[in-house]
Amino acid sequence: MKKKKWPETWRTINPGCMVFDAGNARTYHTGSWKAERPEWDDSKCIKCGICYIFCPEGCITQDENGFFRADLNYCKGCGICAHECWPGAITMVEEG
Amino acid sequence: MNIIENFELYAPRLIDKEEYFCSGHRACQGCGEALAIRLMCKALGPDTVVANGTGCMEVISSFYPTTAWNLPWIHLAFENAAAVGSGVEAGLKALRRKGKIPDRDVKAVAIAGDGGTMDIGMQSLSGAMERGHDLLYVCFDNEAYMNTGIQRSSGTPFGAATTTSPAGRASFGQKTWKKNVPEIMVAHNVPYVATASPSYPLDFMNKVKKARKVKGPSYIHCLSVCPTGWRSASNLTIKMGRLAVETGVFPLYEVEDGKYRITVEVDELRPVEDYLKHQGRFRHLTPDVIEMIQERVYQEYNKLLDKVNGLHAWSDLKFEGELFE
Repeated sequence: MKKKKWPETWRTINPGCMVFDAGNARTYHTGSWKAERPEWDDSKCIKCGICYIFCPEGCITQDENGFFRADLNYCKGCGICAHECWPGAITMVEEG
Repeated sequence: MNIIENFELYAPRLIDKEEYFCSGHRACQGCGEALAIRLMCKALGPDTVVANGTGCMEVISSFYPTTAWNLPWIHLAFENAAAVGSGVEAGLKALRRKGKIPDRDVKAVAIAGDGGTMDIGMQSLSGAMERGHDLLYVCFDNEAYMNTGIQRSSGTPFGAATTTSPAGRASFGQKTWKKNVPEIMVAHNVPYVATASPSYPLDFMNKVKKARKVKGPSYIHCLSVCPTGWRSASNLTIKMGRLAVETGVFPLYEVEDGKYRITVEVDELRPVEDYLKHQGRFRHLTPDVIEMIQERVYQEYNKLLDKVNGLHAWSDLKFEGELFE
């Protein structure tokens, strides 16, 4: 199957509106939705991964030192990670 | 803190790092349903075909021309998630028999919301369970038709204000109790039925893994918190799911071969008000209505405990000359 780009006019829409690219929602950045962003205090982090498992976006990843970081291109700023982080390593900081 | 609790704490690092439901989907902030789908896909793994009935998850994951799914995925109408899921299973079986696809274990999974399961898709779900397809059906219950603007469904709890059961001077919101679909599924003699919540992620993923291994129909009822429709704060999503379990509103149990087992034990139920007070949809409730809800929750919980303590596994009930007393 050949890969198509985003359709520009209705003539370039794929038959049946099929999408040939799995997981191409990554091209759409939802990070602009947020009003607050999470910030990690690595001195308090115990690397348990609670923030990673509870992130509805799946945008939190572990870096090479074992600490967790959110991909701010996708983070919507819901604050679940900051609320669930029981050592209190995550704080929500207002954007801008 | 004992060892088991420590395991629960550090186990998130052991789960599958692959994202099958990728970032960039358009769910609201703090969506419990998107989290549930993400965890479900991690537990199911790559050999899965997902049939998705209409609902929030279909809309937010597949804005044309993008899709958040890294798994084979079919979009369906409201009423036929279970019908197409069983068709996928039958089709895979036929292709495998004819040697057109490699012989490996591919699980058909049908997912739908509470409207697509409890109201509109009930007949196709009942049919699929009755025919005994090798199908996992997961209902993501956010307790109303959230996608179209918070209309009541039969999953909406008593007293909740929605746009079609508004609270005001003449009414206190939803006037009927929540439909108990897991119990209907148990009545279909389904080998594995469970209730789950993404607030207990390891419990949820273990249930999905268990259901995947079942050769035959299985049903998981997942309470997914909806901050938009429940009028709760987005950062309380996980806490709301946990409170639903701790107050006994949504007990987590599994029914395996007819034997009930509570998977998340609660020593003492918290007052139901703890759960209601964080939600704007219950804000109008007066103490006497809360008292009614509390009584009903205790009654339902006792009914469940009665089944947990009283019922035998179906395989123990074979006919051996005389009937079971």
